[in-house]
Amino acid sequence: MSLDPITLSVIQAGLQQVCDEMDLSFSRAAFSPVIAEANDRSDGIYDAHDGALIAQGAGGLPVFVGTMQYSTRTLIAMIAGGRVAAPKPGDIYIVNDPYLGGTHLMDVRFARPYYRAGKLYCWLSNTGHWPDTGGAVPGGFSASATSVEQEGLRLPPVRLFKEGVLDTEIYAIICSNIRVADQRIGDVKAQAAALELGAAGLDRLMDRYGDDTVTEAIAELRQRAATQMRAFIAGIPEGTHKSVAWVDSDGVINEPLEIRLAVTRQVDDLLFDFTGSSLPCKGPMNSVRATTLSSVYLAMRHIFPEVPISAGAFEPLQVTGIEGTFLDALYPRPVSGCAAEVSQRIAEAVFAALVNALPDRVTAAPAGTSGNFALGGHDPARGRDFVMYQLSGGGYGGNADTDGLSNGCSTIGISKAPPVEIMEQAFPVLYRRYALREGSGGAGAQRGGFGLDYEIELRRGAAQASFVMDHGRFGPQGALGGADGACNEVTVWQAGKPYTPEHLSKEQDIPLRPGDRVRVKTPGGGGYGDPFMRDPQKVANDVALGRYSCDEARELFGVILKGAEVDIAATAAHREAGT
Amino acid sequence: MAGKQSGLLVGVDVGGTFTDLVELDQGSGAVRLAKVPSTPENQAYGVMDALASARCDLAALDLIVHGTTTTTNAVLERKLSRTGLITTLGFRDVLELGRRTRPQPYGMKGEFTPVIPRNLRLEVPERVDAEGEIVTPLDEAALRDAGQRLINAGCEAVVVHFLHAYANPSHERRAGEILAQIWPNDHITLGHAILSESREFERGVTAAVNAGVQPILARYLRRLGEELSAGGYTRDILVMNGNGGMVSSRLVTTEAAKTVMSGPASGVMAAAYTGRVAGLSDLITYDMGGTSTDVALIRGAEPAVSNEIEIEYAMPIHVPMVDVRTVGAGGGSIARVTAAGLLEVGPESAGADPGPICYGRGGSEPTISDANLLLGRLDPAKLAVRGGVSIADVERIFSAHLGKPLGLSAHDAAGAVIRMANTKMAGAIRMVSLSLGADPRDYTLFAFGGAGPLHAAALARELAVPNVLVPARPGITNAIGCVVADLRHDFVNTINRPLDALEDGALAQVFARQTTEGERLIRAEPVEIGEIKHLYSVDMQFTGQTHILRVELERPDVDSTTLRKLFEAAYFKRFRVELAEIRANVVNANTSVIGTRPALDLSTLIDPAGRKSSLQEAQTGTRLVRFESGIFETSVYWRDHLPLEFTLNGPAIIEQMDTTTLIEPGDMAASDAHGNIVITIGGAA
Repeated sequence: MSLDPITLSVIQAGLQQVCDEMDLSFSRAAFSPVIAEANDRSDGIYDAHDGALIAQGAGGLPVFVGTMQYSTRTLIAMIAGGRVAAPKPGDIYIVNDPYLGGTHLMDVRFARPYYRAGKLYCWLSNTGHWPDTGGAVPGGFSASATSVEQEGLRLPPVRLFKEGVLDTEIYAIICSNIRVADQRIGDVKAQAAALELGAAGLDRLMDRYGDDTVTEAIAELRQRAATQMRAFIAGIPEGTHKSVAWVDSDGVINEPLEIRLAVTRQVDDLLFDFTGSSLPCKGPMNSVRATTLSSVYLAMRHIFPEVPISAGAFEPLQVTGIEGTFLDALYPRPVSGCAAEVSQRIAEAVFAALVNALPDRVTAAPAGTSGNFALGGHDPARGRDFVMYQLSGGGYGGNADTDGLSNGCSTIGISKAPPVEIMEQAFPVLYRRYALREGSGGAGAQRGGFGLDYEIELRRGAAQASFVMDHGRFGPQGALGGADGACNEVTVWQAGKPYTPEHLSKEQDIPLRPGDRVRVKTPGGGGYGDPFMRDPQKVANDVALGRYSCDEARELFGVILKGAEVDIAATAAHREAGT
Repeated sequence: MAGKQSGLLVGVDVGGTFTDLVELDQGSGAVRLAKVPSTPENQAYGVMDALASARCDLAALDLIVHGTTTTTNAVLERKLSRTGLITTLGFRDVLELGRRTRPQPYGMKGEFTPVIPRNLRLEVPERVDAEGEIVTPLDEAALRDAGQRLINAGCEAVVVHFLHAYANPSHERRAGEILAQIWPNDHITLGHAILSESREFERGVTAAVNAGVQPILARYLRRLGEELSAGGYTRDILVMNGNGGMVSSRLVTTEAAKTVMSGPASGVMAAAYTGRVAGLSDLITYDMGGTSTDVALIRGAEPAVSNEIEIEYAMPIHVPMVDVRTVGAGGGSIARVTAAGLLEVGPESAGADPGPICYGRGGSEPTISDANLLLGRLDPAKLAVRGGVSIADVERIFSAHLGKPLGLSAHDAAGAVIRMANTKMAGAIRMVSLSLGADPRDYTLFAFGGAGPLHAAALARELAVPNVLVPARPGITNAIGCVVADLRHDFVNTINRPLDALEDGALAQVFARQTTEGERLIRAEPVEIGEIKHLYSVDMQFTGQTHILRVELERPDVDSTTLRKLFEAAYFKRFRVELAEIRANVVNANTSVIGTRPALDLSTLIDPAGRKSSLQEAQTGTRLVRFESGIFETSVYWRDHLPLEFTLNGPAIIEQMDTTTLIEPGDMAASDAHGNIVITIGGAA
């Protein structure tokens, strides 16, 4: 017999609670600011047989939404095939291999078997972004790597903890291959402790409701999540919805990479066909299968946030046509751009394909880049080397409800940016501006949000600037007649002369001297709907706030201002003539 | 001073819906209570109505302590006074750009309205670096010009917010001097003066909120003062601060931002006081109202205080305030069945208007309150007669919206709604306690608010909390918090140095400075106090971490070795992680100086003369009530009639003017000497 819906709901909330508690514990105890502040981590519970996602913390990094079930599945298969040692209670496996269900090397996954009555019941797993895993570039975000070996240390699944005890020999190998190794022990312990906490939480849940009831509930919840996703899919008009999105370049060869997507509703399944997308690339802008699937899932969850995160919700979403493209790269293709950049372009393709079909739900394209600017160098005043990251947000897309948000975080992230004051405390730089990028929001009936405009000056020593960004060549796409958001712009001022990277948004190791400056303008969001349909009063308000100029009001929105007021007659005439 | 008597005390709290008042005569123990509708356009009318309703003799009052949501509402509704910002060249958009976030992890929609609009944010040339060195001198002419432009633009208040002013405030101070020459009032806020910590967005928002609410709070208190003195009141008004201490109305506007948590803080202070008197000093407070539920933690009778409160999305107010977290569901939370056929409660709420179906104001969706009504937990005779709504109407809606899709009867659906709501609330309370490093099992649940005592026992069971404390007057707890609150001043000084690099006595010096200043402020207040207490703590982290952990100190003269041990113990307790290999860092030194007020006898909150001598006499009847374990003919009692000493086994219902307390089957309720009810979960004889 099947369980009553109330017990189901209660167990669902209980499983969710276990994951949320793991997330909280991991973040609060972690050292890496990427985990502690930016929440670049995720914790979940996975099926013992196929690794299918049972539950995942609500505050986990979106791009990890689908990846851990693939890494757990791969681990299970490798154990079954005798390629990896079989688990014992208290073991924790560590793995960061991108091709075994991962993202980039910096995302290090732990997996802990959970036993019940002496039998493996499920897996607890988490991912945390380590600040460094070795490789050519501090931090791992290379703009020009041509193989994965240049990107860092690659770990196959090995038992870092054996029956509860840290294997100091494996740990020593890891520490000898990564930068700033002395603080990593704090993250390792935090990551492992979160899984322990999860195990204790599962014990409580199982003790309370009984193993059979929980088992039955997990199976039923998976099926119901699929039902719920299918109910939403049924609201999408039949037929095929197409889109194209571009990555500026792979960082090595200066040509755009193309994502071609055709989304077809087949009864209540959605087929995502990427046939015709670019071939695997030489530089690090390849994606791996798990990241590509996860990007589709997270885009759909942005569209339907009501559906719980569970393997069942992904079942109706079928992805095809990625074999042989840069969205399914194989060893030894470099992949350091997959989680931060390519994933966001895949999500943009999903949004662009579905915005016409679901105009109330989907927004025009958001800025969609992590805006990674890394500055590495030597600080003579403190007698030490440093690596600084400035990750930036941009405008979100206009949508049926509102204008786009300004300076939002990446589509695949949920992080907070560090304050300018903290950056200046830690690094020998001075910010000359940190401002709203005027005019950057794509024009529309609901305009895009505005990007960021910042300028950083090196104060002393010497340093190299590296950029892994995107949307330098093509702005975030407008929708339903809205204009694209402004492109990303990078300018490096060396001895008073401006330099623009050849790949616009990507380049490695540009030398800086004291007084040299880097200026970055991040993308605005795409506009939504015909800009000439925008309420002239809102346009006048944007002008009063200095977000657009009078000229832009006229040219982009067809609004004529007389002082601060809308000239209603002139605007009507101008809009009439313009359309 | 002659006014240092507080014989006749009034606490008055203005909430979103009601203004509550308690008058306490310390000599005779006589109590007067009032609950009247709030008057949002000018809260002073509600206060005067409450005083009139309780028949208070204004001329005879010794002290009025006031909790207000004037500033809270101004911030949440962005009805701030017209305020200008003067900031460092290149940084006027800091308040609008925030920390690069979005309102929720999933869903790419969302909006954010900055505290001060862009056209009133002006820049002047000046720059200080992270070490406090001046990179660009302040352009005084530009500053004067910016001030004049803001005056011309009609600004009532101004905030000066310069980068790194916490490291070197000289530019902000000079700007303050120049502005004082031309600004028409004293509503000038300097960022470093309200918060001397790095993080420009948080400091900027805190300072901007402070400036934006100053004129509003000042105006409100002036009006209230005029009304009160017209009625014959001659003393000072004290205002509840968000830190749970009260402060003179003459001083409160300087740091007006601290009052944005005034209401919730007073409820928590009442809980702390009640718990201490009852011998239960570790509490989780659970305040469930119509639209939301507030939760806070009290350890050793001291409420957890945070300097990092975010009162809504991207609205941080980083001054020390009682750490009250809102966890969602309230009586008006709506239940629905999802496309997956699962029951969901909230986050949508019917709010106060139209409210639940049983309010009879046109609500047409099933809510938690309606479920309580259907289950017999709330008295159908009292609720279901409004606006022509009958209990049959509620039943019909439950059946159609929930029962049918779930395959349940309307009553079973109502039971499911309550179970689901309790599961969600318990989970949220657990997350709050864990994030504050507390295991709920070590705490007592302090239930108040209109709906708190109705759900508390079930939540306690869910959380494995052993006891529930229901105070005498759960519905006016905030007003009681006003009369029991202490005088309190909090100080935070940033140290930010490795523990092993800290000279001996350096911390003690900081604590001593903070103590002297706090004692000076407290002695200046026109209020009788008992002893002065000091709470010392340091915020620490392992080098390389960004989060901090607060380590409470028993004494200010702690040496480094002891501090390291205390920190490691606290860290292990919290995270089950030992990190002997990593250095520790001292981030902040904190002192709270508390002028404790004389003890009040709260046992008269329920009139002793009204109490009956037996439970039978206090019983008003019985009714059928549905619990998870079945339907029971349940005794109903009137709280004010309960004998001073009693124990009773669940199931039982205890009703009173301001709330309904539910004792579940298997639980036991007992009175204490102070008029509280303590429910022991699973304690039925």
